Amino acid sequence: MKLYDYALSPSCYKVRLMAALIGVTLDIRPVDFHPGCEHRGPELMALNPAGSIPILEDGDLVLTESSAMLVYLAAKAAPQWLGNDTAGRTARVQQWLSFSHRLTASLGAARLHEMLLRPGNIAALREQGIAALRELEAGLVEQHIRGQRFLASDRPTIADVACFPYVALAPDGGVSLDPYPAIRLWSRAVRSLEGFIEMPGIHRLHELTPAPVLKVGEA
Amino acid sequence: MTRNTMIDGWYPVSLASQLDAHGRRTALMGEPIAVRRGEDGNAQVTGGNGRDLPACIRYGHVWSSLGDPQKPLFAIPEADQPGRRLVEVGVVRVRCSPLRAVENFLDIAHFPFVHTDILGAEPHTEVQNYKVDIREDEDEVWATQVKFYQPQAAKSAEGGITTEYMYRVPAPTCSVLYKTCPPRPAEWDVITLFVQPLAEDLCDVWPWMALFDDETPMTDLIHFQQTIFVQDRSILENQIPRLLPLDPGMEIPTRADLTSVAYRRWLKRHGYTYGAQLVAQ
Ligand SMILES: N[C@@H](CCC(=O)N[C@@H](CS)C(=O)NCC(=O)O)C(=O)O
Ligand SMILES: [Fe+2]
Repeated sequence: MKLYDYALSPSCYKVRLMAALIGVTLDIRPVDFHPGCEHRGPELMALNPAGSIPILEDGDLVLTESSAMLVYLAAKAAPQWLGNDTAGRTARVQQWLSFSHRLTASLGAARLHEMLLRPGNIAALREQGIAALRELEAGLVEQHIRGQRFLASDRPTIADVACFPYVALAPDGGVSLDPYPAIRLWSRAVRSLEGFIEMPGIHRLHELTPAPVLKVGEA
Repeated sequence: MTRNTMIDGWYPVSLASQLDAHGRRTALMGEPIAVRRGEDGNAQVTGGNGRDLPACIRYGHVWSSLGDPQKPLFAIPEADQPGRRLVEVGVVRVRCSPLRAVENFLDIAHFPFVHTDILGAEPHTEVQNYKVDIREDEDEVWATQVKFYQPQAAKSAEGGITTEYMYRVPAPTCSVLYKTCPPRPAEWDVITLFVQPLAEDLCDVWPWMALFDDETPMTDLIHFQQTIFVQDRSILENQIPRLLPLDPGMEIPTRADLTSVAYRRWLKRHGYTYGAQLVAQ
């Protein structure tokens, strides 16, 4: 399975992360996205007329949408990540997969503007990003009330992988995550999954430093 | 306020390979500038009031100045050595002081924590003794004999090695790093950080490299360096205070940041204070 990949792309990272979490090996084909703009060159435009990455190739299957790639990887290697055991859960996963495109268009575009000098209306992008974060925060709070730590279930699904990267990288675009305690908790839960991998700007969880021990008479 | 002595310096303002007749609009120290390729193929840079600014093309980039540069752009003799791959890493914008971007580049102690499993790894966090001086003849800051254990020092490195570094600061917003070259032990790889000061707390960073490595595809070399630099970016954007403090009283020097101390002292001596925080004395 060949992934046309860019190390700094959160969308490519979704696919790398999914593969790592379920133990699938990808054949990585690096794309000179910046500064070379190779994704807009003839070879990749022939493969994906949208001119975007990631692109996943497996035999004669060519996928150009990261959500479809997550579905494909999970269906092949770890179907429990599809979260399709009930009608409600199936729909919820689909809801978050679609929602994840709003994160790309807002927080992702804000990040490209701030980091790689892409044109864009930064104030509007941040505003849309914040609206999406508030919706996600509300969704996660409801999940907590249901006793579930992840977006669609008490166990992680492709919905979490689809939403996590652009959310975790929001500060790269100048959008703070400080106001969202449920998102921060969820981010910790995702980062503590077995097989989790990092990307630049998304750090692994470091061991918590031991709690300070107060001796009698101190404080 | 005293005259900004950094006005007469050279700064990177574009990748030379991406410059066309249409050009790009950018800024230097708060002044909007326009950079384009002229009909003669040379770079043309225009200041905010339409005046022509000095321009030259070197090390893959267009360089310009708002003032009157007293010296040509600093030399990197290795850049002209045959057989090196010249890597244009591309611009990354960082909301930080241009001086802080350079200072972070000089700090090896952060490798195991920020570039975990690439440029450093716990428990190999110790920085061994090394030498730092301000070379009076060249008027540059140099750190030499810097040794550090690295899990993956370069794209061409197989597994962990103890890497030797030399750091050089030839201009207030530029640093050149010389680093053990795995395929050619007698030579040094050259890794630079060229910083374009947009404002006192905003900069465009243009990393560039001149490497001996015939194996690794160019895109992999670019991605390796971008990965490392973007790992730094989030740290840089969260540093407090945002400007680089130049009062020695504000830092507790450890062995690792002797280079930083020398860099700050050198900045202060020259009045290179754009992006610095001067504490009243
Ligand atoms: N970069 C030098 C030292 C400081 C530095 O720039 N580190 C990052 C940025 S902080 C880097 O570019 N490293 C490139 C490398 O070592 O290959 C290094 O890591 O060896
Ligand atoms: Fe670094």
